[in-house]
Amino acid sequence: MGRIDRAEVERIAELACLELAPDEAERMAAELAAILGYVEQLAALDTDDIEPTDHALPLATPFRDDRAEPPLAPERALANAPERDGFAFVVPRVLDEDES
Amino acid sequence: MAAETALALAEALTAGTTTAAELVETALARAEAARPLGAFVHLRADAARAEAAASDARRAQGAARGSLDGIPVAIKDVMIHEGEPCTCASRILENFIAPYPGTAVARLQAAGAVVLGRTNMDEFAMGSSTEHSVYGPTRNPWDPSRTPGGSSGGSAAAVAAGVVPIAFGSDTGGSIRQPASLCGVVGMKPTYGRVSRYGLVAFASSLDQIGPFARTAADCALALEAVAGHDPADSTSLPEPAPRLRAALTGDVSGLVIGLPREFFDADGVEPAVLDRVREAVAELERGGAKTRAVSLPHARYAIATYYLIATAEASSNLARYDGVRFGRRAAADTLAAMYRRTRSEGFGPEVKRRILLGTYVLSAGYYDAYYRKAMKVRTLLRRDFEQALSGCDLLAGPTTPELAFRIGEKTGDPLRMYLSDIYTVSANLAGIPALSVPCGFSDGLPIGLQLLGRPLDEATLLRVADAYQRRSDWHLRAPDPATWAGPGR
Repeated sequence: MGRIDRAEVERIAELACLELAPDEAERMAAELAAILGYVEQLAALDTDDIEPTDHALPLATPFRDDRAEPPLAPERALANAPERDGFAFVVPRVLDEDES
Repeated sequence: MAAETALALAEALTAGTTTAAELVETALARAEAARPLGAFVHLRADAARAEAAASDARRAQGAARGSLDGIPVAIKDVMIHEGEPCTCASRILENFIAPYPGTAVARLQAAGAVVLGRTNMDEFAMGSSTEHSVYGPTRNPWDPSRTPGGSSGGSAAAVAAGVVPIAFGSDTGGSIRQPASLCGVVGMKPTYGRVSRYGLVAFASSLDQIGPFARTAADCALALEAVAGHDPADSTSLPEPAPRLRAALTGDVSGLVIGLPREFFDADGVEPAVLDRVREAVAELERGGAKTRAVSLPHARYAIATYYLIATAEASSNLARYDGVRFGRRAAADTLAAMYRRTRSEGFGPEVKRRILLGTYVLSAGYYDAYYRKAMKVRTLLRRDFEQALSGCDLLAGPTTPELAFRIGEKTGDPLRMYLSDIYTVSANLAGIPALSVPCGFSDGLPIGLQLLGRPLDEATLLRVADAYQRRSDWHLRAPDPATWAGPGR
């Protein structure tokens, strides 16, 4: 299994859309290393022929009648928007200066 | 003296010796006295008064809706309530108002319950101490220098302090049972899917379940009946109708076979007093006619490792939605990508970031098979352990948590040590089975809980045994001393 250091934590943070201060990344690396060290114990178990469990109880996908239900009103869906324009969410520009 | 149970209050309402309006005033006064504990993050004084008045009006017309009508309850700040704030104790949801009704709260209101307020929690239900909250920690009513456990610590403390007879929480790895144990109240995680998750803010979707806190198993039965049952809005809610639980509380345990998992009694690192009180409680049930049998859960020792891989993987995916676009806090930035990063970095606290990072790591290319898929396979082994153990007995019993309530700040510097608080509770979530914690004694003035675990859908047997135990014991009649709550800096 992998080793986790500050560079790896920074790579993962980027994937997760998080920014970490250098000391925060250092501390996270130490804490995650301790946790990953603890979970290494699973490697000792032979699970080659074991099916994975995603949900604990067997559930059939339930169907409902194909009938339209009232949707969430647009005004309500937008009520928590940090910034909006009519019935649209407004976000900062998508491209960086040098990409545009 | 302990505060009244919901069933006793319901009788008084029926008899006309009290009113819902009186009950809500009493609850608000007690919430004020308990303010130094930090159990509530939002009190709905005016709305609760209006709902109580409506309840009294219904009753006067002979249209009371049942035993919960007019009873004050509290809900964890992770369950949405239409038109009300829901912050999950996180800065990132500081201004969020729920735009639609969550099923559990809607069912409580349909039953006439009066929602007094929202309770404190670890941010996004990630924690075992209710210290990881943007509002600051909740304190244990039995000793305010200690944590109430977590993540539903506010709900546990609100019931233990006598503010409300019933509160609701969510349990992903022990977040109802562990605080119930440390606060000396009953707390139940029902079978996965028993209560709709529609309107429960997601942490780990294959593990999350809503459940009740109360001083008695009988009140838990009342509370669970009100919220259980299939919900078309949650495809993982079970198709079975809501169980009739109160009818199962016969007080009789004779002939029931209780399995005692060896691994729960032999474990290192468990307080001797905890095991002593748990053994005495089991002996009391034997005096009531129950039989015991040693059983084994050979993979129980792998439960924490399995849990923290699966739960963080699911959390990293679920919490991707907090991006500052549609709701919640948004940080100022020039570009969309920078806005995402800044919003999430400023909005999430350290424990949530730690779990997002761990979950992202175990799902990332090159590590998925070694960590996440491996954990899902060990989950199968654990599930089989429980099937095997429960094939020869009606329920299992053991400690809820290995320790007594720990001091505020004691474990925050050591995340792995905090995770080990959940060593006896996470297995029930991984296996999807129901489990509860019932008070079984004290050590140094701090409560201890007995955990009962059952077959899928068999909440009735667990509540029957817990109720029978409470008829034979008086731990739940003790109450913490409010004079200890006020103090310097609180």
